[in-house]
Amino acid sequence: MNKIHEDSKVTEELITKLNSLHAKERMQIPVQEMPMQDPVERRSNIKEVALGFSEKQAIIEANRCLQCKNAPCVKACPVNIKIPDFIKKITEQKYSEAVDVIKETNVLPAICGRVCPQETQCQSGCVVGKSLKDINKAVGIGRLERFVADYDRKREQEKNNKVNLNEVSTSSKTTKKVAVIGSGPASIVVAADVRKAGHEVTVFEAFHRLGGVLLYGIPEFRLPKEIVEYEIENLRKLGVKFQTNFVFGKTRTLKALMEKDGFDAVFIGIGAGLPNFLNIPGENYVGVFSANEYLTRANLMKGYNQEQAHTPMYNAKKIAILGGGNVAMDAARTAVRLGAEEVYLIYRRSMDEMPARAEEVEHAIEEGVIFKTLCNAKQIIGNDDQCVTGIECLKYELGEEDNSGRRRPVAIKNSEFTLDIDSVIIAIGNSSNPLIKQTTPELELNERGNILVKENQETSVKNVFAGGDIVRGAATVILAMGEGRKAAAAINKALK
Amino acid sequence: MNKMNKIVKKIKISDKIFKMTVEAPLIAEERKAGQFIILSLDNDIAERIPLTIAGADIQSETIDIIFQIAGKTTKVLAQLEEGDYIANIVGPLGQPTEIKNYGHAVCVCGGIGGAPMLPIAQALKEAGNKVTVILGARSKELIVLENELRQYADEFILCTDDGSAGRKALVTEPLLELCKSADNAPDMVMTIGPPLMMKYSAETTRPFKIKTYASLNTIMIDGTGMCGGCRVTVGGENKFVCVDGPEFDAHLVDFDNMTKRLNSFKDRERQVDHHCNLDQEIAYLRSIQKDTSN
Ligand SMILES: Cc1cc2nc3c(=O)[nH]c(=O)nc-3n(C[C@H](O)[C@H](O)[C@H](O)COP(=O)(O)OP(=O)(O)OC[C@H]3O[C@@H](n4cnc5c(N)ncnc54)[C@H](O)[C@@H]3O)c2cc1C
Ligand code: SF4
Ligand code: FES
Repeated sequence: MNKIHEDSKVTEELITKLNSLHAKERMQIPVQEMPMQDPVERRSNIKEVALGFSEKQAIIEANRCLQCKNAPCVKACPVNIKIPDFIKKITEQKYSEAVDVIKETNVLPAICGRVCPQETQCQSGCVVGKSLKDINKAVGIGRLERFVADYDRKREQEKNNKVNLNEVSTSSKTTKKVAVIGSGPASIVVAADVRKAGHEVTVFEAFHRLGGVLLYGIPEFRLPKEIVEYEIENLRKLGVKFQTNFVFGKTRTLKALMEKDGFDAVFIGIGAGLPNFLNIPGENYVGVFSANEYLTRANLMKGYNQEQAHTPMYNAKKIAILGGGNVAMDAARTAVRLGAEEVYLIYRRSMDEMPARAEEVEHAIEEGVIFKTLCNAKQIIGNDDQCVTGIECLKYELGEEDNSGRRRPVAIKNSEFTLDIDSVIIAIGNSSNPLIKQTTPELELNERGNILVKENQETSVKNVFAGGDIVRGAATVILAMGEGRKAAAAINKALK
Repeated sequence: MNKMNKIVKKIKISDKIFKMTVEAPLIAEERKAGQFIILSLDNDIAERIPLTIAGADIQSETIDIIFQIAGKTTKVLAQLEEGDYIANIVGPLGQPTEIKNYGHAVCVCGGIGGAPMLPIAQALKEAGNKVTVILGARSKELIVLENELRQYADEFILCTDDGSAGRKALVTEPLLELCKSADNAPDMVMTIGPPLMMKYSAETTRPFKIKTYASLNTIMIDGTGMCGGCRVTVGGENKFVCVDGPEFDAHLVDFDNMTKRLNSFKDRERQVDHHCNLDQEIAYLRSIQKDTSN
């Protein structure tokens, strides 16, 4: 399967003269395939699926880059990473320097390299992909990002194992205190940037563990928790303080934080919250879960290890997932790993419109998830005990384009059919966190309940900033980070 | 804020029911009647369970929890002693009870429901209501918190199913009599206890159109509206107990569905019960206490 073997002759020859290739020759270097765990094997474990490039692969892949002057990839990256620059460093085998280039604009490369939708971002603009008329042949920017980040982390870990956390200085250069609410990617970035400016930073998190969706949403097989913990540990080493089990608005209000506890600025990064439901009959039957609940049980509460975990997973053999985004894929693939025999993914539009990352869809298919596209649930069927026994669906076809430019799915009359299943997981998106509206009325929200911010991420309350999914609605890790960056800059400016 | 979640007092109320006073300064300061906490016993494999805050003392920065041994977590919790720590406590969660002078407030509770009722009865009393408490239990040995509830009750009615103490009756009988009475009818009823008891309390007051609230104790994970595991059907709509509740108009709650959902994991719980090794569990918890106490 691995291209490096298939094309080994070409490759060996090219490698000897990698530094002196013309653009045309570079385009002939074979795309380096990501080494993967075997689909059958991985169905029954939660270990990471994509194993990462070898050093040799990374060097070869990096040499596919043409070092374009006007680098369309940089423009297509939400935080404008200097992509050709870091790729160039890889060709020179200067991996730490490559990471430094990325970290100028992205502090979590090991995470973004794994979860960013590169095919719609940086790689969508790549000249190589365009010339070869195949987006799958674009330079593997994400894979390279992951390679250098992992390389760097392993080196740092070896070095740092000796650092004693008790020796970390928690004293601050300034007398200013900043509260960071939530511990997802937006908050991680704010905490790092504000702390580096010398202020005292405390992260307040509602859950008992840190990392936000990176921890409780995105599964281990896609993003090993060790990586998230490493990033949190880095914050600790910077002297950032943490308080878990703290629900902003409930345990303490915004007012109390600022007036009683003396925080000079607050960043709110509490994520999207509230799962949407379909409002169809049977949705509260036993065995129907939101993807948030299902994934939190499996990930955060370690439900994937039913031998040990105290949090139970519902005993189901045939599971239907509703939705077509990353969350739906994660739920479906988790269900496979938890031993479901049949996993259906029910999505209203066609494969082409599916919002999930292409790679996740591919992996889900390889792992045996059965895709039921162009259909949608009409009702969930239950027995006398109100336990799920089936789902009635309607077939759909694509009609006119809607405002989003996607063709609107239209139900086909009398096309009902029923699937026998015993559990349903609903993954059709999230609405804004309901606690903000209830507890912090001084913040201006939009009609969907998301916090309104100015260009610099400041909210309607002075020195209170917000970013990530609570501002944008459910979005992406990189966008959350980007907003964290902006907010941190504004906080550091406001506290000057 | 360093010393958190230390158990400063533990009282065995009955065979399976315990009261613990726990250091939790921030929660003690913010909490109001009707609110709850979610606790878990380690950062790794423990489950999260909701418990009502049965009382609080701002001076000593403590909250009281009262629990009955039911599943894995409560079983282990009951083994912890004074001086031990509870790894995680988060709160106060949920909407506080709407406390005002309703006139005649009737508190109907059964089983462990007396615990969450305590702070509510107290607050209703302090707001100037005439408070009647109806406390039910299957038999004499299972009556809990009688004396504590009596403190706040102008009128106190005790019922047991078998007549071993108080009246031989279900709580709905005295409730019905009150509803029918000309000069002592309730202006508001609060019911907390087993789902069936709450359902029939609601059915009792329905014909009289007396405002009736039930405080629901569903399965929960986060307690912030993120998972939807706590959802119930109220008046045909989906409501989240952790952020919209825990109290709802009892005449609108779909108790049947709630009861079924509460039992979602019953088969699995029994299995865990069977396997769990308590001594090992306690030793483990004590060993990690150093990590979680700061
Ligand atoms: C299953 C799943 C898969 C995903 N896959 C991808 C992907 O492949 N690629 C991608 O780019 N994006 C993905 N996303 C989206 C991405 O995870 C989010 O956009 C991103 O995590 C948002 O970051 P954030 O910092 O805004 O908040 P979050 O990561 O949501 O973190 C918010 C934190 O705030 C805490 N919190 C909430 N309320 C309070 C409160 N009142 N007080 C204190 N703390 C509070 C929460 O517990 C949480 O820890 C996925 C999301 C999910 C759910
Ligand atoms: S567009 Fe592609 S080839 Fe050009 S610099 Fe970016 S990654 Fe390299
Ligand atoms: S407990 Fe998760 S939404 Fe209520």
